[in-house]
Amino acid sequence: MKPGFSISLSGISKFYPGVVALDDVSLKVDAGEIVGLVGENGAGKSTLMRVLGGSIAPERGKIIISGEEYDSLTPSEAADLGIAFVHQELNLFDNLDVAANVYIGREPRRYGPLRLIDNAKLNEDVQSLLDRLGAAFSPTTSVGKLSLAQQQMVEIAKVLSVDARLVIFDEPTSSLPIAETEKLLEVIAGLKAHGIAVIFISHRLHEIVAACDRVVVLRDGRLAGSLEGDEIDHDAMVRLMVGRDLKVAYSPPAIDRGEAVLSARGVRTSTYPYSDIDLDLHSGEILGLAGLVGAGRTELARVLFGIDSPLGGAIRLNGEEIRFASSADAVRAGVFLVPEDRKGAGLLLDMTIAENISLPDLNAYSRNMLVSRDAERQRAERSRADLDIRAPGVDIRTGALSGGNQQKVVLAKWLAMKPKVIIFDEPTRGIDIGAKAEIYRLMRSLADNGVAVLVISSDMEEVIGVSDRVAVMHEGGISGILDRAWANEENILRLAVGKPI
Amino acid sequence: MLKKDLGLLMLIIVVGAVVAIINPRFLSPINLANTANLVGLFGIFAIGQGFVIITAGIELSVGSVIALLGVIFIDLIANQGVPWPLAALIVIAIGFAMGLVHGWLVTKMKLQPFVVTLCGLLIYRGIARFYTHDATAGFPFGVNFPTLEWLVTGRTDFVALLTGGTVKSLLLPHSFVFMLALAAVMWFVLHRSVFGRHLFAVGKNEEAARYSGIRTTRVIVAAYVICIVLTAIASIFFAMYTRSILPSGHGNFYELYAIAAAVLGGFSLRGGEGSIVGVVLGVILLQVLQNLVNLLGIPSSLNFAVMGSVILIGVLADNQFSRYRERRRQAQMASGRADRTADAAAAPLAMRQAQKNEAGT
Repeated sequence: MKPGFSISLSGISKFYPGVVALDDVSLKVDAGEIVGLVGENGAGKSTLMRVLGGSIAPERGKIIISGEEYDSLTPSEAADLGIAFVHQELNLFDNLDVAANVYIGREPRRYGPLRLIDNAKLNEDVQSLLDRLGAAFSPTTSVGKLSLAQQQMVEIAKVLSVDARLVIFDEPTSSLPIAETEKLLEVIAGLKAHGIAVIFISHRLHEIVAACDRVVVLRDGRLAGSLEGDEIDHDAMVRLMVGRDLKVAYSPPAIDRGEAVLSARGVRTSTYPYSDIDLDLHSGEILGLAGLVGAGRTELARVLFGIDSPLGGAIRLNGEEIRFASSADAVRAGVFLVPEDRKGAGLLLDMTIAENISLPDLNAYSRNMLVSRDAERQRAERSRADLDIRAPGVDIRTGALSGGNQQKVVLAKWLAMKPKVIIFDEPTRGIDIGAKAEIYRLMRSLADNGVAVLVISSDMEEVIGVSDRVAVMHEGGISGILDRAWANEENILRLAVGKPI
Repeated sequence: MLKKDLGLLMLIIVVGAVVAIINPRFLSPINLANTANLVGLFGIFAIGQGFVIITAGIELSVGSVIALLGVIFIDLIANQGVPWPLAALIVIAIGFAMGLVHGWLVTKMKLQPFVVTLCGLLIYRGIARFYTHDATAGFPFGVNFPTLEWLVTGRTDFVALLTGGTVKSLLLPHSFVFMLALAAVMWFVLHRSVFGRHLFAVGKNEEAARYSGIRTTRVIVAAYVICIVLTAIASIFFAMYTRSILPSGHGNFYELYAIAAAVLGGFSLRGGEGSIVGVVLGVILLQVLQNLVNLLGIPSSLNFAVMGSVILIGVLADNQFSRYRERRRQAQMASGRADRTADAAAAPLAMRQAQKNEAGT
């Protein structure tokens, strides 16, 4: 598009009372370049992007856009200069069609004073944008019917419609299945070919490797380093991000694998009514459950925990057939689930830590049906010490805690009871590395105490790093179970896409 | 929660004081007792409404239930010769069944509470009118139920009763005393029992409650059952208080009184928030307002307008106040966090920044 566009940030610093969010960070992006931005949570990525978007002003440093110097931008200046964002959370109206979403608030009008929407022109304009993106849907498709990746394309079309020259992708792939991720990366490459500058933020490092020309790594608000071309590889980035090599260290079990505690025999879920699932969870073992997003892993977890009832097949607990009519039955039987959606399903964010921990087992804290707050508090204090939950007290809202500490509260809730089986569904999503390691340690100690542990994870490093065996799901069925020696990235991926090893 | 209740109590006292100054009759024993009687009658079913609202539901059929069960009760004891304790049990059992049906439709059939109970409002009102062929239900001349009448509409000076008549105080209506006892029991149920905690959890986030092993269906159904059973009890009190029931008008809009009282008392229609003390204070405020309209000579046609305005102002004030509190809390948290971090790791950086700033000036 317009040649000569470039944006550079130099010596940007941003202080909050007592905290240095950004310390002398410089970054340059040219037209037609894809720059990856990586770093742990809290490394300053979002602050830096907010400086670019104009929502915060840096204390020091310069923003130079196509030769013009600015001390700070306002949001409308940033938009006028062609800086646009595609966020992780989509801001679309899924009750409207694609065209309406792309031009929302800027609809072309006709019939003079009547100012009716000119649908013909609208659809024509949007069609040409979609063609540019190689999208396979039409402007009149309802957004609700599109897949996540397609919805993201609508967001990108929106960005193109305002003639953006720098597009910032903020973790666009975190909820996309692998096939759709590839499509998105192609679209991003297409933007580059059109001479648009791209900043790509992601936690999935292999995507960064695949997509980016250059990578900038932030750590604790400072520039930790940058990599170019062939230097960009997974390990190099991790070293810069954490300042050390990071691998999930496998800790072997202290006890031998025990009997099968919970078994699924021919279980079918409503998402894949024709696939039978056979799976045994043994005491003393951590079983990983890998697979692509949408392979039916969460659905299986919901059935095992009694949230949904199976369409068919049997579930056995210690060899006896059992039916969970509701999650209450599963909880009573000692089968617990740490759900994927921590904020929506794992916790009541408005309740205190103590109230969350006691919730599944309130009768144990009560006499004559009345809840003893002292008993609750004592239990919660013990959990806080055991699990190292970092909070000023057990009477504060769980919503005020960090992700890692919230997840520890979810765990504390189940550890306060007598677990036989614990299912973890994406247990470390959005949790920082320190808390991750503690959660892995807790999983192992549970297994070593004779609990059967099932870990559902889309994070390869995690599923390979913590599991004694890895089961892989493909389209609602178990496509294979790998012993530790065989559990590597390649084998898991082959099984996940339905190919034999 | 307590702060909210205190604010409401202050408002009641201020409104009461103003009315008392303008018209001292407000504080006359007979006016106070009459107001207390109405507070008792409305309080009984407003507490029930509170339980449903906590689950993020709503119960719109209250007024129609009061009409239908009222005509059934009067018909049973006055015309069918059913002994009144049995008739009371029958009416309560019907209420129990209605609550079960409402709860079942909401949880198992996944209908919206508004729709379910709106249909209830229409159906029960229609049946009540059909039941009496649209005529007024009342007691034939000379039919009396002294025990029942004394129990539900009587007034007793409890202080005099306890002191053997040496100290005299107010004659308290039994409806009011019953409502207070009920409120005390329900306070324990809602704020101290396992069931109460489950109610709050389900109301705040049903999904998370289910993932904690709570039988959410049961909890929600129980809330509707409690609501309609309390409404059924209220219908007996109302039937004996009015002694004749015109089924087309009896209990009209009562559900809205209950909802208004709950909202004034700090309940959120989004669920998960509310207190028994709050809803009782809400009922008191509404009745004081009603009384104010009468005593201050405001045209009674303006009755609803006054009530609506006060509720609007009250909710608006509460809303603004809690936003202010939230802002203050966040400001405190932000400064608290800054202090902690400044003490620890970031201190050298902050110092460096200070030095640079000095160098700059």
